[in-house]
Amino acid sequence: MYQYDRYDQQMVDARVADFRDQVRRRLDGKLTEDQFKPLRLMNGLYLQLHAYMLRVAVPYGTLSAAQMHMLGTIADKYDRGYGHFTTRQNIQYNWIRLEDAPDILSELSTVEMHAIQTSGNCIRNISADHFAGAAADEVADPRPYAELMRQWSSFHPEFSYLPRKFKIAVIASETDRAAMRLHDIGIRIHKNDAGELGAAFYVGGGMGRTPMISHLVREWVPLDRLITYAEACLRVYNRYGRRDNKYKARIKILLHEIGAEDYAAQVDAEYQHLLDQGVEPPFAELERIRTFFADPSFVQGLSDGVDQSDQAFAAWVQQNTHLHRMHGYTSATISLKPVGGIPGDATAAQIHLMADLAKEFSFDECRVTHAQNIVLPHVEQRRLYELWQRLDAAGLATANLDNIGDIIACPGLDYCSLANARAIPLAQKISQRFADNGKEAVIGELKLKISGCINACGHHHAGHIGILGVDRKGRENYQLLLGGSEGADTSLGKITGPGFDEDGVVDAIEKTTELYLAQRQEGERFLDTYRRIGMEPFKEVLYG
Amino acid sequence: MAEPISGTDSEARELDDVQFRFRNDEMVDHPAVTVDAFVGQTNASAVRIEPGDDARDLLLHLDRIALVEVNFPSFGDGRGYSAARILREAGYAGELRAVGDVLIDQLSHMRRCGFDSFAPAVRLDATDAERAFATWPDVYQAAVDGRAPIWTLRHGGRDGGGNG
Repeated sequence: MYQYDRYDQQMVDARVADFRDQVRRRLDGKLTEDQFKPLRLMNGLYLQLHAYMLRVAVPYGTLSAAQMHMLGTIADKYDRGYGHFTTRQNIQYNWIRLEDAPDILSELSTVEMHAIQTSGNCIRNISADHFAGAAADEVADPRPYAELMRQWSSFHPEFSYLPRKFKIAVIASETDRAAMRLHDIGIRIHKNDAGELGAAFYVGGGMGRTPMISHLVREWVPLDRLITYAEACLRVYNRYGRRDNKYKARIKILLHEIGAEDYAAQVDAEYQHLLDQGVEPPFAELERIRTFFADPSFVQGLSDGVDQSDQAFAAWVQQNTHLHRMHGYTSATISLKPVGGIPGDATAAQIHLMADLAKEFSFDECRVTHAQNIVLPHVEQRRLYELWQRLDAAGLATANLDNIGDIIACPGLDYCSLANARAIPLAQKISQRFADNGKEAVIGELKLKISGCINACGHHHAGHIGILGVDRKGRENYQLLLGGSEGADTSLGKITGPGFDEDGVVDAIEKTTELYLAQRQEGERFLDTYRRIGMEPFKEVLYG
Repeated sequence: MAEPISGTDSEARELDDVQFRFRNDEMVDHPAVTVDAFVGQTNASAVRIEPGDDARDLLLHLDRIALVEVNFPSFGDGRGYSAARILREAGYAGELRAVGDVLIDQLSHMRRCGFDSFAPAVRLDATDAERAFATWPDVYQAAVDGRAPIWTLRHGGRDGGGNG
């Protein structure tokens, strides 16, 4: 994986010193809270309901064991012993003191980590496919391109005060595992007929109040023009994105209002201009970065196959492992969704254990997924049982990946100052209900996503079943959506009808799944059945 | 990075409230006009860009401009950074002044986008500003300040110097 050189280290160190100075000026009263707010946000520090929240960047979701250990150490030392992994492959801590923030950043910098641009109206941490470099269906590892963009977007002088936040995801396979089409820019590395790699740019996707699927703006950007083209995309947005209304300020609204073709034409004109401005890095830099993502020393000639005579282990293997491009290896997902647990939460002890396991079983590497789980990307199949036993002993072997218990949920009203409703207790109830009734495994793949407000941090628009918490006359109320998806077949969910209270929505989900079980045809997932039979039968069982 | 030529002297304050200036030519002695007014007449040499204006409207007239003021009514409105870069990319070499809600923590980015004078609405702490101008020992990306980005330095390129 990528390692800092003295330049990268120097930039992060400069940022720590800079932030320490900003905190000093805030505490001295030289900065008003209004002036300080965008500065602390660009360092990932939010003021929440009860305390400050610090969001630490995990570039393209990749962590070494030493970095993972540091995340555990910070949970212990500065938080109440927990870390919360987020839908953008980051981690956040919910109980931080402002005075401690510079010291935390300083500790993070010792393991080449930071909280740069994890918030604010700037280019956020770049995300990527969590099976990058391991998946069998990839044309290349997308992370070198994400790393190049990390450098380009860090402290960008022109794009630090954009109309609104800006999220970029990079993938390199047909199958989209990073919700790429729901990002401000999604980049898909692909191969042309001549076998060369290039980048397709999709622009204007997003969730929030106005969910939109992105438009393909350019099918082919040569790899030695990647930064120039991205710069053009951002400049057009910075100049013409709306600034009169923060709810209409994302780039998706600009594309919606002027049209994707007009936007593409403007970007193209800016791109032609920028080609002469020398903004592109030397190609040697991309090659330098690629060497950090070279294959680990895989054992060659291993055969596939795992003894699955232990039933609990077999269930976990079938549910939580992903096809690896090397024979004899697999990618194992550690579910952070135990029955009745808080989605994405891990204790300091669990974080340390996962760090140890990454070191022992996966070439010193683990990944954070946008579904709030942890991946060990390169595990030898012949050692899988040993790994599973270690996980099981720590309560980390829940075999529910992509099932109804693998819920994505935002922190909701328990922590977040924007939320209208709680998300965590609802996730816990749903998870418990489907564990108790024993239907989870029968139902199979069903992605359930909960947001505690319309900002959609819990990706409810993209859930096979989505839940949106709203405030109705001072009471928490939950709207139900069906039919969303973030995969290769991206679609946005539709609201079923009037909302439910907390217990009501759990019952409604159970009815929804019962109808699915009654209606499904051979091999159909919930989403497939919904798409075939439509909304009406579901409305009937819910409201009829 | 160069020291500002007209750091904190009181004379500069009287001339348009400029607090920091990184050039040593004469300051323009008349007020800047709006982009619309400027494009429609020939005798002004100072123009002021507001956030909604298109900096490219000025490109045909760069040879007769000595001062461009870019107004930041609110520091959170970043359109002025693009306006500044567009002018520098087109070869504008006159004074480029950031005015309005110009604060300590925006100075280094503004400098990178080609601003070479600063007239903050509220006078800034000189020590904090000095530190802010020197925030970044190196930079990740190319802009219009002539600094060679880190990825160029890594591969044997040298610092360009240029108009910085």
